[in-house]
Amino acid sequence: MDFLEGIKSAIFYLRSNKLRSFLTTLGIIIGVMTVITVVSLIEGLNLKVKNMFSTLGTNVIYVSKFPFIQTSSKNYRKYIKRKPLTVEDAIAISKHCPDVSFVSPVINSSSDVKYKGKRIELVHVSGVNQNYQDIIGQYVDEGRNYTEGEVDRRRFVCVIGKTIAKTFFPAGNALGRRIDIRGYKFKVIGVLEGRGNLLGNDMDNIVNIPYTTMQKIIGRRRHLMIVVSAEDKELAMDEMRGVLRVRRKTPEKAEDDFSFGTQDMLLNFYKKFTGAAFLVMIGIASLALLTGGVGIMNIMYVTVTERTREIGIRMAIGAKKRDILWQFLIETITISVIGGFVGILAGIGLGKMISIVSHLPFAVALWSVLTAFIVSAGLGIVFGILPARKAANLNPVEALRYE
Amino acid sequence: MLIIAKHLKKSYRMGKVKIEAVRDVSIEIHKNAFVSIMGPSGSGKSTLMHIIGCLDKPDSGEYFLNEKDVSKIHDDELAEIRNKFIGFVFQTFNLIPRMNALSNVEMPLVYRGEKTKYRKEKAISALEKVGLGHRIYHNPNELSGGERQRVAIARALVTDPAIIIADEPTGNLDSKTGAEILSLFDKLHKNGKTIIMITHQREVAEIASKIIHIKDGNITDREIIKEM
Repeated sequence: MDFLEGIKSAIFYLRSNKLRSFLTTLGIIIGVMTVITVVSLIEGLNLKVKNMFSTLGTNVIYVSKFPFIQTSSKNYRKYIKRKPLTVEDAIAISKHCPDVSFVSPVINSSSDVKYKGKRIELVHVSGVNQNYQDIIGQYVDEGRNYTEGEVDRRRFVCVIGKTIAKTFFPAGNALGRRIDIRGYKFKVIGVLEGRGNLLGNDMDNIVNIPYTTMQKIIGRRRHLMIVVSAEDKELAMDEMRGVLRVRRKTPEKAEDDFSFGTQDMLLNFYKKFTGAAFLVMIGIASLALLTGGVGIMNIMYVTVTERTREIGIRMAIGAKKRDILWQFLIETITISVIGGFVGILAGIGLGKMISIVSHLPFAVALWSVLTAFIVSAGLGIVFGILPARKAANLNPVEALRYE
Repeated sequence: MLIIAKHLKKSYRMGKVKIEAVRDVSIEIHKNAFVSIMGPSGSGKSTLMHIIGCLDKPDSGEYFLNEKDVSKIHDDELAEIRNKFIGFVFQTFNLIPRMNALSNVEMPLVYRGEKTKYRKEKAISALEKVGLGHRIYHNPNELSGGERQRVAIARALVTDPAIIIADEPTGNLDSKTGAEILSLFDKLHKNGKTIIMITHQREVAEIASKIIHIKDGNITDREIIKEM
């Protein structure tokens, strides 16, 4: 009996027993649905995060007294007690580290920004120097960036992100206007190129001002980071480590009292995190699929018993053992593949719904769909083989007598 | 000779009791014969039929079907022989429920690996031969007992087998319908088929040209009804 014939006969029996078929496949449907939903949500997150990391810049290294990635608040007191980084540290790095291309101090603050009665809350205001644009790779596309001279003289100038420009100056005449940050007037000299939206964060809701001016209006005690760019990040980090340890008089055997942060670290951390989530999910899904598989096996045993007579008839008219084996195996595979297919559709639907309700990103991964298909076919084989063998090994005379 | 069986023996266990169903049976059946095997229930006639029909193998003895010794061959080969040489008609019709007449009749050709179109043509022609050309898409439960048995006969005919084995083919039918089925067998015989019929009723057995009486696993008599 050929394969197509088997599938036809399988679908025939499935259709003639709809409720039972549905209940039989329910386990697989739920298992596959879980996998597809979770994978799609994680995949959506992955895409977003990869985008986010790429906006961080591949060649960028952050230096801070706090660790770049903090998984708990346990050592927070230790980090707080560390000596702050200073503008002089940044200058020393640019002087003594040949593999560091550009250096800028970074002082961040969230501030309300106002213009003529309009007001934008919690704008990401960064105090940085003139090199920052080269480090991050985000340039001014209207007007100009501020100069080293303007940084030295603590000028009240700023470059603004697209969102600020659009909100305050819908007519596009931003340059030369004065906007209010923390009660100080800053002259807009440039508008930054757009970066779009990331995980619900508007990446263009930003203002850059000279870090010197930032210190003037916010005080010198504010947490300062140093951001640099380097072609060879490992080399650059070694050089900076040397410079900073000397400057900060870190005891020889003590660990660094500052931390580096790169895109790779974030990515690795993220991968580790989602890897664990994946494992948990695979575990849960395996259990669901196992239950589904056992359910199918159970029903197939019942089916074989119910159809003992039919098997006897088929054998009497010429079915070989392997014909019967194939018939029931293909039937089981068809059931589980149909279950898998329904599960995939349900999973995509559910994922889409969750994503609409929760605003989580969502992307169906082709590999997860293919895997779900292969796994459900595999389940059919694994859990179908025993009932099918039972059927194939029936004695035709006894099977024909079965009432 | 189409069938030569020598000293067939077959016993099986029912719980702790060993039942010698066929003790020592030798039979020869030539091509185009119409033979009834007759005996009371428990006489071993069904077991004998299973062996002749290649559904079962004898414990000892030799069985030549079409000059091939089939008493010791593998199960799969036996299945192939059933498919090629033998058509079964059972007392309880043994159609596959939920499949229409056409699909039931096509089934032996499926196991022979025939193409869909050829199968359908052959099945329809077999159904027409038994007078059911108008009911090919009916399921067994939509057919009367006589019609079901006709479908079963069509299924037995569709492969154009050397032998048709009928096990109490009228046992579940009223006498009128039974007579119709018997005359159908008679017609098939006249068209050249070899038919072996198992029954416990003398009036049914008498349609054949020869009756083999069996009792307690042994042949007790061979009776010629009509000369060929």
